[in-house]
Amino acid sequence: MKIIGLIITIITGAFLVYAAADFPAWSDPNSPASTYLSPYFIENSMKDTSVPNFVTSLLADYRGFDTMFETTVIFTAGLVCFILLRISGRKEPETSHYRHVLTGVTVTLKEGRKIPASEDFERIDDLWTPPDLIIKTGCRLMIPFIQLFALYVIAHGHSSPGGGFQGGVILGASIILLAISHDLRTALERMREKVVAILCPVGVAIYAGTGTLCLLLGLNFLDYSALASVLHVDPIAARSHGILMVEIGVGIAVMTTMIWIYNNISSAGKYNQGL
Amino acid sequence: MFWQIDLAILTLVVVTAVGSLMVKDLLGAAILFGAYSFLMCLLWSIMGAVDVAFTEASVGAGVSSVFFVAAVFRTSRRTKD
Amino acid sequence: MAELIPTIIAKYNYWIYITLMMIGLYAMIAKNNLVKKIVGMNIFQTAIILFYVSIGVKKGATIPISAGGHGAVHEAVHAADYLNPLPHVLMLTAIVVGVATLGVALALALRIYSRYNTLEEDEILAQIRKK
Repeated sequence: MKIIGLIITIITGAFLVYAAADFPAWSDPNSPASTYLSPYFIENSMKDTSVPNFVTSLLADYRGFDTMFETTVIFTAGLVCFILLRISGRKEPETSHYRHVLTGVTVTLKEGRKIPASEDFERIDDLWTPPDLIIKTGCRLMIPFIQLFALYVIAHGHSSPGGGFQGGVILGASIILLAISHDLRTALERMREKVVAILCPVGVAIYAGTGTLCLLLGLNFLDYSALASVLHVDPIAARSHGILMVEIGVGIAVMTTMIWIYNNISSAGKYNQGL
Repeated sequence: MFWQIDLAILTLVVVTAVGSLMVKDLLGAAILFGAYSFLMCLLWSIMGAVDVAFTEASVGAGVSSVFFVAAVFRTSRRTKD
Repeated sequence: MAELIPTIIAKYNYWIYITLMMIGLYAMIAKNNLVKKIVGMNIFQTAIILFYVSIGVKKGATIPISAGGHGAVHEAVHAADYLNPLPHVLMLTAIVVGVATLGVALALALRIYSRYNTLEEDEILAQIRKK
């Protein structure tokens, strides 16, 4: 298999090198990629939408259809992870471990028996390490600031690098940080499984709903200048606000998908213990 | 910018990519993949693609490495290959 | 031969992306472990993104954010001053879809592990053939 792989790789590489002779040179302003549509976008983006970041206005306004279906793909991937891992055919009896806090004695209970929540016993994972005060306190102090920064990235995507995707991933990463530094159960208390699973399609629905609202107000689907009558601004500023609404929908969908995939992978679907 | 930075980062990119495929410990492969992701993010920000570099930094060097480590944690860690 | 050297140096970004793509392709075909195959798939993806981003570079141009900010609606914008933003837009989509695909691939690997108790391809095939 390795020799076949090597031969295929070398032949494909040779074809690509031969084809690269026709490509334009590095950083040529007259290359075909930079001459057909992109001068129009660069010169007219500020006039049409008053958003300084060309990438954000292209992503959410000129190519808004692409982004809507991309959000749908991300939601579908989270759904597939959930279906693959969460629903398993067999019900095996679980063993749970409890630790007496004062003396440090570990109690193992088989076949799904549980101790009701009390002050003396705490539930621990299979691979248990002693709780580290520095990591726990440090992460607890940092997580609100990480979330604030993520909200800034979403809101300021108009004038600086950023936007819905980056902010959504950072928001999801803050909850994953909580799950890693403390316990998966602590993160599940903060953001329950149902809330995560319901918010994901809500994000997609915000995106599609904005487009439908523009359709109902008389213009094309995802033509944000129709929002001028609802928001009482001129059409150019309405496009800028439409981009912001759509980015919020994208951010919510991406955040919940990251949390959902992490929960399913790190607990292999059982949701009782994590990393 | 300078071609020296370009050359250094391109060499390191190829080294980390080959390294993450050759190590026998899957956790090491996951961490080297995170380093490869971060070096690609630097390469793109040198080329001026700041949005793409931001996304790759948060997605590739952040969340993607965590997914790999979680999956390696749930399966076996050593490999013969 | 003498005019080949400037040609080679002028297109060095293509050689790098071809190298990375071939590394990823070889890993996907020839490696035995499933997690290494998934790593190879991601190396392939980032090599393609590198190719697209590198064709958007212009000499002497700056990042694709308008220099005037919000107040500069009436200033003239020249397309030669800014980088080409179209490949960046396409690649933003590609990166995030790539991480979603990574999640699905790892979920499949976990399922295979819980069924066959191994992640090596030859052992899985031997177990299937024995059934």
